[in-house]
Amino acid sequence: MRVALFVTCLADHYFAEAAADAVRLLRHLGCEVLFPADQTCCGQPAYNAGRTREAARMAKHTMEVFADSDAVVLPSGSCATMVKKFYPRLVAGGADAAAPAAVADRTSAAAELADRTFDLAEFIVHRLGVTELGNGLAGRRVAVHQGCHALRELRLETEPAVLLEGAGAEVVPWEAQEECCGFGGLFSVKMTAVSAAMADRKLDTLPEVDWVVSGDGGCVLHLDGRNRARGTGIEFVHLATALWRGVAGDAR
Amino acid sequence: MPADMHTRIRDYASRSGEIIREDPGVREAVTGATIAFDQKRLQGYSEVDADGWRRWAEGVKSHTLTHLDRYLAGAETQLEANGAEVHWAADAAEAREIVMSLAARHSVKSVVKGKSMVTEEIDLNPALEAAGIEVYETDLGEYILQLLDEPPSHILGPAIHKSLQQVQELFTDRLGSEPGGDPDTLARAARRVLRDAFIQSDMGITGGNFLVAETGTVALIENEGNIRLTTSLPRVHVAVVGIEKLLPRMADLSGFLQLTARAATGQPIGCFVSLIQGPAAHPDDDGPEAVHVVLVDNGRTDVLAHEHAWEALRCLRCGACLNACPVYRQTGGHAYGYVYSGPIGSVLDPGLLGLHEAMPLPFASSLCGACEDACPVRIPIPEMLLEWRREAQEEGLTPWKERAALKGLASVATRPGLYRLAGKIGSRLGATGVARALPMLGEWAADRALPQPSRRTFRELWREGIE
Repeated sequence: MRVALFVTCLADHYFAEAAADAVRLLRHLGCEVLFPADQTCCGQPAYNAGRTREAARMAKHTMEVFADSDAVVLPSGSCATMVKKFYPRLVAGGADAAAPAAVADRTSAAAELADRTFDLAEFIVHRLGVTELGNGLAGRRVAVHQGCHALRELRLETEPAVLLEGAGAEVVPWEAQEECCGFGGLFSVKMTAVSAAMADRKLDTLPEVDWVVSGDGGCVLHLDGRNRARGTGIEFVHLATALWRGVAGDAR
Repeated sequence: MPADMHTRIRDYASRSGEIIREDPGVREAVTGATIAFDQKRLQGYSEVDADGWRRWAEGVKSHTLTHLDRYLAGAETQLEANGAEVHWAADAAEAREIVMSLAARHSVKSVVKGKSMVTEEIDLNPALEAAGIEVYETDLGEYILQLLDEPPSHILGPAIHKSLQQVQELFTDRLGSEPGGDPDTLARAARRVLRDAFIQSDMGITGGNFLVAETGTVALIENEGNIRLTTSLPRVHVAVVGIEKLLPRMADLSGFLQLTARAATGQPIGCFVSLIQGPAAHPDDDGPEAVHVVLVDNGRTDVLAHEHAWEALRCLRCGACLNACPVYRQTGGHAYGYVYSGPIGSVLDPGLLGLHEAMPLPFASSLCGACEDACPVRIPIPEMLLEWRREAQEEGLTPWKERAALKGLASVATRPGLYRLAGKIGSRLGATGVARALPMLGEWAADRALPQPSRRTFRELWREGIE
């Protein structure tokens, strides 16, 4: 299967190795991975801030970049949600509501892109139908942080844990597993104290594990930033890297 | 709205920080209580077809709101036929004046109150007290806060931000109860004071969970029995009810009573449900000799007329969204600066008060979506927060630096060449350089170690070939 990787701006610059691990994993599972070079940012920072016009421009750009891709895979539940759930809403409104034909075209293009866009874990479990990834993570204890968009918008409630267990890891229950880490993009900048306290709640309730794994780089960046500021000393690992470590037998 | 309210809402970011740093017991108490409530809600939902109930309730409420004029007129006719008096209040000042004039008309010297958010909204207690009327909050949590002169911090559990120890000390100090008493002992101490208040008061004031148009019935849900006494012992009962509280038919009520209780506390139904239809029919019957219903608008018709905000009027005031909210859990309600706090406050307050007055509440959310999953009437809170943010952007109510940064992002992100160049510069600058280049990150970095950019971008790795 041919897959276009939408790396996302955060992974491009902060999780480059995790994105490379996603490529390795997808190739290992028999996919041909393409990387459309003109891709940029999905527009979520502008969308969440209420800057609809800017978000719509970025959505339009992204829709053009991935117009011919068979399947689009993102190593981020949040950015995948932006494309799958928020693009259709975003392009349905907008300035030229007076031109219904143009709006209808954009809306159907967005819906069609939404159908062939996937979060990485979603793609592996539901599109490729793979849940067994060997036993490379045997003996590894991990906690899963559920990104809110993947969990509550895409309803990917079990997929990351299923894959980690499918690679041999022991997924340890975490009472705050489904709670927001407090990142929320702009939220963490505007409401810094609350955002940090939310991260503390996650860190304070962590069970004894080797890694905390998440399919969302933003959450990892935020939790790990707080973790390092507090000197808690936990290793945060992107899901793509965790799974690839297992598959490659490289579970350090 | 009290004069300092705007300042208090506007200072959300700094006030929330103060509460977290300087009063850590609040975070601990609120987190513990809300997680317990939320677990009970989940259990309560799991015992029934909660999704089906919620869709039904959403439909009934939306229908009622879109035919509100009809149902309000029907409720008034029925209430009057039952012998109750109906009063209309356009705003908080009018609502206060109506209650004050009723107190004068009935020669009221002492008032007992059931827990009511709308009477907080119209700032009723200070007005009554200024007229020399004694006011007793009879809900245990509200009574605690009245002794402390604090506003409620949660729709349902007004004093959840207080620890048991704080209440023990307060009651020992003010009511002379034994030090270190358990919750039952504390409740007994409050009861001793409140029993006398119930017996000597001339007027009981409550809110109303629902007002059934078909029968003119005010329905009240509670667990302590204080509302039952407030509505039955004093000579006069005044129910202050928001105009959005209507339900069309008595047949709708049983579903809403059950859904509200499950959403709020996981209970199948509240321990006490009082259905008030009017005064005692004969002097020998139990119940008040006069019943007044004050229907309060106070911004609600503005909310109803708003393209996106109107759905917030479905709210049952169950507090489920507060309990589910990881943002609310860090501070409790006082940080928000208005009666309605947490997720529902952040979408309702801009409608009731005007967006300018309610800034930055639409931004006091990480958009995690837990509130929408909890809401018994499926109010799409995250989507509504985004709508308010859009309005705030259009009206220029957000910091210019932020607007400029996001405009800049869009300009760069729609020009792939420029985007690649910016990314390359960013990764060459390293963590500190990026933080310096993005001034918004200054405060962020105070609480967090700076993120470490990858040594080489993915683009570079891809170009070199990924093995």
